[in-house]
Amino acid sequence: MRYADTGFDLEIDLTRGSIEKVANDAKTSEMYLGGQGAAAKLLWDRVPPDTDPFSPDNLLIFSTGILHGTPVPSANRTCVNCFSPQTNLMSHSLFGGFFGPELKHAGYDKIILRGKAPDLVYLYIDNDKVEIRDATHLRGMGTAETGDVLKKELKDQKVQVAAIGLAGENRVYMASIDHNHASAARGVGVVMGDKRLKAIAVRGTKDVNLARPAELFDIALKMNRKIAESSGCGDWMAVDEDDSFHHNHFSWGNARVRRKNFWSKELQERWTRWKYDHMDRQTGCYNCPKKCRNVINWPGRKRFGYKCFGKDTYHMAAFLELDFTYEILGVAQEYGVDSYATPQVIAFALELLEAGILHESDFPGMPADTKGRFFHLLDKIVRREGIGDILADGVSRAAQRIGNGAEKYDHNTVKKFEQLPIKLGKLNPAFFLMIATGEKMSITQIEGSFPQDPLPTPGERQEFVNKWAAVPDEKFKKYFLEWEKRNDMPVQATCDIVEWNEAMHYIDDSTGICGFVSSFRGQFGGDIAYHMNNLPQILSAATGFEMSKDKLWKTAQRIRNLVRAINVRRGLRRKSERPPEDHWAIRNEEYEQGLLSKYYAFKGWNMDGIPTREKLESLDLGYVADDLEKREILKVEEKVSA
Amino acid sequence: MNASLSAKIVKEIRVDIDKCTGCRACEMACSAFHAIPRYSSVNPSKARIRVVSDELNDEYVPIRAGDYTPSECNGRHIYTIAGKQYSECSFCGASCPSRDYFVEPDSGLPLKCDMCECVPPLEEPMCVQVCGTDALTYVEREVERDAKRQPTRGEMEEGIESLVKKYGMQAVMKTLAQMSKGAKS
Ligand code: SF4
Ligand code: SF4
Ligand code: SF4
Repeated sequence: MRYADTGFDLEIDLTRGSIEKVANDAKTSEMYLGGQGAAAKLLWDRVPPDTDPFSPDNLLIFSTGILHGTPVPSANRTCVNCFSPQTNLMSHSLFGGFFGPELKHAGYDKIILRGKAPDLVYLYIDNDKVEIRDATHLRGMGTAETGDVLKKELKDQKVQVAAIGLAGENRVYMASIDHNHASAARGVGVVMGDKRLKAIAVRGTKDVNLARPAELFDIALKMNRKIAESSGCGDWMAVDEDDSFHHNHFSWGNARVRRKNFWSKELQERWTRWKYDHMDRQTGCYNCPKKCRNVINWPGRKRFGYKCFGKDTYHMAAFLELDFTYEILGVAQEYGVDSYATPQVIAFALELLEAGILHESDFPGMPADTKGRFFHLLDKIVRREGIGDILADGVSRAAQRIGNGAEKYDHNTVKKFEQLPIKLGKLNPAFFLMIATGEKMSITQIEGSFPQDPLPTPGERQEFVNKWAAVPDEKFKKYFLEWEKRNDMPVQATCDIVEWNEAMHYIDDSTGICGFVSSFRGQFGGDIAYHMNNLPQILSAATGFEMSKDKLWKTAQRIRNLVRAINVRRGLRRKSERPPEDHWAIRNEEYEQGLLSKYYAFKGWNMDGIPTREKLESLDLGYVADDLEKREILKVEEKVSA
Repeated sequence: MNASLSAKIVKEIRVDIDKCTGCRACEMACSAFHAIPRYSSVNPSKARIRVVSDELNDEYVPIRAGDYTPSECNGRHIYTIAGKQYSECSFCGASCPSRDYFVEPDSGLPLKCDMCECVPPLEEPMCVQVCGTDALTYVEREVERDAKRQPTRGEMEEGIESLVKKYGMQAVMKTLAQMSKGAKS
């Protein structure tokens, strides 16, 4: 019997309309867990590296985390993976809510979609009954609206729906897949649209079995209490109305302008009123005692929910205030677009207009005021009309298509993906490495375990490390105790920290645990619920695999290196591992390249960022090394004869 | 103390729907607690508490399983509370054919909340324990009641009379006779 896993995947071919329930391999679960790990293995095995993201052979995979459907609190992140037409690399995407656990209860670990439907369809999963159904009546509908209509049509409020909006239908590169006011961004909505899959509706009423249930339930109860009580868990932005951090330090417009004294007490009071006068409640995700999502009922708009920095991106791109975000965010979410990338794309277009690279004639019918322009361009983008058709490819590709010097305005992307608008003075070595080498594309998906800033006095540092349960190794305490200046950290420490930060995300994204109680949140306060020291016991009790700290660390590295190999096979090399040139004001190419080389060596990668055979074999990825050698991406190492 | 009064403990789960986040931890925990053996599996569709939720209407109502009913009611109230509309079903705990709440998905048997009674007793019912936002709270209230108070003749007569009307005197007599035998054995 399989524990925590169901042992089955759904294989759907949308071209042929075929549906198969296929047993998956317990060994794969043990080696790659669920979520992104298991999906990476499938993408490696089944999608040849020259596959165009718009080819029917591109797979779109929805995976449950291995802890979904267990009593473990906050394990609800559904992972969506495919190859992205924007980056041509593996898309990594997550959404919270209820979908993954429901899919587990329906009896599946993953939904693996290939092919393309002849016209818009949706997938209906009701336990063993699985159907590809006509969705032409849902064409053009908003994401939440689609969920609502399907629930009514299927006469089942407990059905969980993940849907694309107009943006996905029109293959906008920033398109997201939305569920319960949560969005999966970064290249998956466009592929779902390309496959002409409007939505997946899932309902499950089966048991999820557990290896050591009483022990696991006891841990889960403790975790529930820990998460509920810890201010080190959850999204503090849901309750802290002082958001001077993002507004004074992040840049506005097309990631250009800093407004260091923007925040004021008077503004905070006004914004707090806007929020609480229009907020219905805060909601949470499946089996989590936190409530990170603010549900806003703005006059004249549909109810919507948002989380975290999502509340700032539109008004910061437009140089406006929070009321503007409240006006546009719900509309944008119904269209189904990434609220991080999209405002930057619009600001980029307006900057090109100002610079004379684009002209008024490129924007027929666009209103004169900023608000009007944002709504207008959003609409053009999701419909791919006029200039919107070019902008819908994202900043980097749009700049290339526009030409005429537009490339210079594409200054805030890495690997063709829009980055957070962070512009700072001095280079921070750990962040340099994370932004350069991360393959989850957004820094929020890479950073997170080691604090962002040192504490000023030795006393405070000591107090911090005394309570720090999350460290996988005592050396991190030492690093923290000795750390005085933000940008000054020994190379070895920097490498270790980057590796730990990344490892936690690779674990969360395979267990399905939310970053706000684990990988992302430790950097702010350190008091997270899940870490290297308690996850092995939790995983063992849930799955029955013997898990230890060493084995879990190795698993994280295995998945991390497999993802790297997948992208290397599609052309990722050292030359694209560059943070935006203006991310820091003061740069030193020689130092940076030296640091990058040291990090590659530390990771067991060659100087082009490719994992070596030795490294791959140490992670049981010999088959990956074989393939990379066969393709001559790795040189066959000469056997030294004695 | 008044000798004619005795105390009775009333167990209450208080529900503050404004505080509910829709997380369904209560469903998860109730199902695990009632799995046989205890905690051996998780399955919210077997929970004796379900959260009625409707995102677009901002509606989140945890309801607790009550009695089985063979047929759905033939009309419903629609309540408007603080500007939002709720169907009467949103507050109803019946295990009823109109929906699949409070029905064992495999056997079709009705499920009913038992307040997590067990030995030794829980400090608080499971659903309350995992509700992180205090949307569910547990209260044991002592109510005094008149120990000697017995149904008056009038009340009993009325009840029996309605049974007689429905089933006929003979059937009622027969049932009463059977019941009294059963009580002895
Ligand atoms: S911590 Fe917040 S975002 Fe994470 S699962 Fe809980 S409610 Fe959802
Ligand atoms: S009191 Fe116990 S049985 Fe009743 S709904 Fe809550 S958890 Fe379930
Ligand atoms: S656990 Fe509490 S907050 Fe969560 S759904 Fe149940 S009643 Fe609502």
